[in-house]
Amino acid sequence: MKKSRRSFLKAAGVSALGIGVAPAIQAVASSGSTPAAHATKTKHPEALTAERWGMVIDTSKITDEIAENIVHACRKAHNVPDLNHVPDEERYPNTRPVNHDQELKWIWEEHFESAFPDKEDEFLAERFKELPFLVTCNHCKNAPCVQACPTQATFKREDGIVLMDFHRCIGCRFCMAACPFGARSFNFRDPRPFIDEINPDFPTRSKGVVEKCNLCSERLAKGLQPACAEVSEGAIVVGDLEDPNSEVRALLSEKYSIRRKQELGTEPSVYYIM
Amino acid sequence: MLEIAIKGSKKYWIWLGVLFAVIGAGFLVYVDQFINGLMTTAMSRDVSWGFYIANFTYLVGVAAGGVMVVIPFYLHNYEKFHRITILGEFLAVAALIMCLLLIIVDLGQPLRCVNVLLYPTPHSMLFWDMLVLNGYLFLNIVIGWKVLEAERNQIKPPAWTTPLIYLSIPFAIGIHTVTAYLYCGLPGRGFWLTAILAPRFLASAFAAGPSVLILLCYVVRKFTKFDPGWDAMQTLSKIACYALIANVFFFLCEIFVTYYSKIPGHMTHIDYMFFGLHGHNTMVPWMWSSMILMITGAILLVIPALRSNATLLPFTCIMVIIGTWIDKSLGMIAGGFVPSPLHHITEYMPTLKEVAITVGIYGVGLLVLTILYKLATTVKEEVRG
Ligand code: SF4
Ligand code: SF4
Ligand code: SF4
Repeated sequence: MKKSRRSFLKAAGVSALGIGVAPAIQAVASSGSTPAAHATKTKHPEALTAERWGMVIDTSKITDEIAENIVHACRKAHNVPDLNHVPDEERYPNTRPVNHDQELKWIWEEHFESAFPDKEDEFLAERFKELPFLVTCNHCKNAPCVQACPTQATFKREDGIVLMDFHRCIGCRFCMAACPFGARSFNFRDPRPFIDEINPDFPTRSKGVVEKCNLCSERLAKGLQPACAEVSEGAIVVGDLEDPNSEVRALLSEKYSIRRKQELGTEPSVYYIM
Repeated sequence: MLEIAIKGSKKYWIWLGVLFAVIGAGFLVYVDQFINGLMTTAMSRDVSWGFYIANFTYLVGVAAGGVMVVIPFYLHNYEKFHRITILGEFLAVAALIMCLLLIIVDLGQPLRCVNVLLYPTPHSMLFWDMLVLNGYLFLNIVIGWKVLEAERNQIKPPAWTTPLIYLSIPFAIGIHTVTAYLYCGLPGRGFWLTAILAPRFLASAFAAGPSVLILLCYVVRKFTKFDPGWDAMQTLSKIACYALIANVFFFLCEIFVTYYSKIPGHMTHIDYMFFGLHGHNTMVPWMWSSMILMITGAILLVIPALRSNATLLPFTCIMVIIGTWIDKSLGMIAGGFVPSPLHHITEYMPTLKEVAITVGIYGVGLLVLTILYKLATTVKEEVRG
């Protein structure tokens, strides 16, 4: 009781000071938050690099079980909260009930007609109707989320990965309105009580910021494959779209593939082999 | 001049007390939201903007509507608006202050809002919106204040206010155009993706703004000795009338394009709003009410005998205000976000906490408006008396 009263007063004071103190806080905060774009200057010797990263998902290789493993691996690697997780009563007493519409996800399963709403067809092969389609951020070449963000907290790295600076994001959610793929999630509340086991190699977020798939840039920098590709049993391949000798290009030249909502011109970097 | 604000009747103080209570209640609820995050709202992953941004959009329109008294008076020397221009400018000030507060309470990280200034980003429409909104607020405060002060001292306003007044006209159009651009430049949101959005926003603003102003004129007439003039109110109602008809017309153009072309990505949103989709029909009664209110309002305003009926006019204005409010706030959010880009349906209705915070902000707006209008009417009474 005492503690909650104190934090109440603290927050009241802070919000009363409001805009007045914000610049000072910002000056302190920004000195510590260098965008990841600069951080890559000291490269790991085994870092994986590309001119433009892309992902190829072979839909025929994805079973329900594999899809589940993929979703789980990404959640675990990036401390993505799961609102179905029951918070530890001791560490997080009196957690308020959750609203499942406020969930967070970086990669998840959808039915064909949701993943590709423009290709909905009543005579579609039954097989497609039941298949799980994994959807995530497309790391669009012309990313509307980057264009919309008023602080450049969402930015495009030279190698095509669309990244986020969680310390700069003001939580205006303009990027969520701008993304035509529903790839972004907002932390409507403190996510930490809903993380099963915190992965110390990746930051947890605070409430009030947006997040999404980062193409495992932190793993690529260490020479590791993205977590989803690793557990996908060959269904997900990540590589350089600009390199004609890359595995992703070999797959694309061999098999018929589609991208989501191509007509919008955002140029997704995620391909689906049908 | 400010000393006028602290001299008032008992009624004046009771009214301010009520406003402070409303603001205080809203503030307490905001503290809860500040501590616990936007989980206190009904917004969701699919409907990521809600009541705050909805009301923001509407109030930008009310602020822009103020220009409908500025243009006739300053550009066309329409003398009858002489007395009410200041009311239009001060209404814009109050509306803009509410707009800025609504943006702040909508942010997930409000303390970081200065990042918009620290990292200016010209390709983001939000950056431009912030510039024009603050610019228009500044212009209206300076102009309103200087002109009123000059009137009190019975001198001409300083010459440098004239270019500022002319500048405020494109700014007024600008705030609402850029606010429409926030929405209509986004690919994959079929309901917003239309070039008619900015003109439609302006039309509905020029109906709503003057309607609010007419109501305020009634209030001023009742509670002060200052008379804004019946002729001025009649001209305002004509402006509201034709702007409202234009708004309905623009909407029908949108309906034609959508349903004649039958492009699904555009149809589903309007289907959802007016007929419901897969059994989800929360918005249906709202949207039809909005249409009925706007069309009835237009009919009552276009017929001269009904428009000039002093008892009926305030009710007509209330109809117009509610009709355009539903259309532009709830309608804009529901139409844009439902169904989601993946064609899932997540409906939205604000929580009580969201409503309480918003009402608190309207309280702040009314407080600012009360004080500014008290200044304006007292000065005008003094000068005349
Ligand atoms: S999928 Fe959405 S979030 Fe990802 S880059 Fe494209 S627009 Fe941005
Ligand atoms: S929510 Fe954050 S990342 Fe998204 S547009 Fe706003 S500041 Fe940028
Ligand atoms: S690339 Fe990494 S971040 Fe993106 S979905 Fe796969 S595991 Fe998650």
